[in-house]
Amino acid sequence: MRSYFGVVFAILAKDLLLELRTKDILVTTLVFGLLVIVVFNFALDPTPAMIATVAPGILWVSFTFGGVLGLNRSFSIESSHGNLQGLMLAPVGRDAIYFGKFLSNFLFMVGVEVVIFPLFLVLFNLPLTVYSVIPVLILATIAIAAVGTVFSAMAVNTRSREVMLPLLFFPVVVPVIIAAAEATGILLRDAVSADGASTLRLIGPDVSTWIPMLVVFDAVFLVICPAAFSFIIED
Amino acid sequence: MTSTEEQFAVQIRGVNKSFGRTPVLRSIDLDVPQGTVLSLLGPNGSGKTTLIRVLSTLTKPDAGEVRIGGASIGRQSARLRRLIGVVGHDPLLYDDLTARENLRFVCRMFDLDRVDERVHSVADRMGMAPDLDRKIGAMSHGMKKRFSIARALLHDPLVLLLDEPETGLDQEALSLLDSVIVSRSESGRTVIMTTHNLERAVALGDRMAILASGRVAYDETIDAADPDASRRAYIQHVGANR
Repeated sequence: MRSYFGVVFAILAKDLLLELRTKDILVTTLVFGLLVIVVFNFALDPTPAMIATVAPGILWVSFTFGGVLGLNRSFSIESSHGNLQGLMLAPVGRDAIYFGKFLSNFLFMVGVEVVIFPLFLVLFNLPLTVYSVIPVLILATIAIAAVGTVFSAMAVNTRSREVMLPLLFFPVVVPVIIAAAEATGILLRDAVSADGASTLRLIGPDVSTWIPMLVVFDAVFLVICPAAFSFIIED
Repeated sequence: MTSTEEQFAVQIRGVNKSFGRTPVLRSIDLDVPQGTVLSLLGPNGSGKTTLIRVLSTLTKPDAGEVRIGGASIGRQSARLRRLIGVVGHDPLLYDDLTARENLRFVCRMFDLDRVDERVHSVADRMGMAPDLDRKIGAMSHGMKKRFSIARALLHDPLVLLLDEPETGLDQEALSLLDSVIVSRSESGRTVIMTTHNLERAVALGDRMAILASGRVAYDETIDAADPDASRRAYIQHVGANR
């Protein structure tokens, strides 16, 4: 068991060190995510009444499309020089490799969200203290990283992996994006309609429909995806 | 562990592998005793690399059984991977990390102790200790290959699988590689080495197997007193299949 977690955290530490050196994933994901939010902000020029309706969709388009760029890069570093084979030679089950890559993908996506989300709130003139959105961000990001890790491993050996990954990935994560956007919208509307911008809103009954759904998605994906990954990376 | 398992480091029984409709390995049977250096020869496309990949657990055979050190591929693959070291065509090293960081990473993957000592020891063995803090991406093909061999030696595997290890190595590196192979054999470790170089195969190997069209066409001990017998076998089987 120590060996299993050793492999998971060794992969995580290696990915963080590589990212610290190259900054490939964070820079591309961050720049793309910011561009989406800025472009939509100027293109739509949303009125206060529109914001709560369109902003959650824009936010999740930014996170998921930006995330795809990062996921593509995550496994392309493993495919060069046969490094994925190097990982597969570790004396543990393939699922340990999956969880190592999943954790690093999750942390990279959270890192990007930590920068983009406050900027999104500022650009859309929303209160900066909508802390209640944080659980939604974390739960949805877990599901997106869980599915993305499997499909990026699958796409990396195809000739047109940049196209293949979104084609495989988005149909599966659409329910997650819908649940996340709905929950985010409800929480943002609550925050906007509150008396002051600094008012903290607890999760309301409407949100309680979407949050458990995200929890279920996480649980299902974290069981199915490691098994699928083990199958996919074998010849 | 049975006496047969103790005697043979590697046992291959009836292994078949096809890619699509193309059979690559056909009913491969091979026993490699402990402490043996097996030279595996054969023309291009004869299945040497696929056999090494099957032994490395990187490719699943369609049928048959492989046991290494008593551990069976499939049921005990994770345990088996601790018993093998692999040097393939790719260096299995990250360009943006230094050699030391790469080797430390492998040590963590294998949950090894005395990490710094091991890293220095294997790099020194391949004559690369002064280059440990250089990035892999800034190295030549031959230097990467040396570190790739060092990588495979880190956990002192029972069986070392070498797929055309001489590719890209200079004369000094070849001598170091030869000394690694000989010392592993002397310490009771097993080496399986694919090569196209008949002279190296005969000089280093205790046993020679020839694959032709996915089958074991020849499998005999190399007679130190009559190495020409192995050369004749090579010309007969490989020459006939070219």
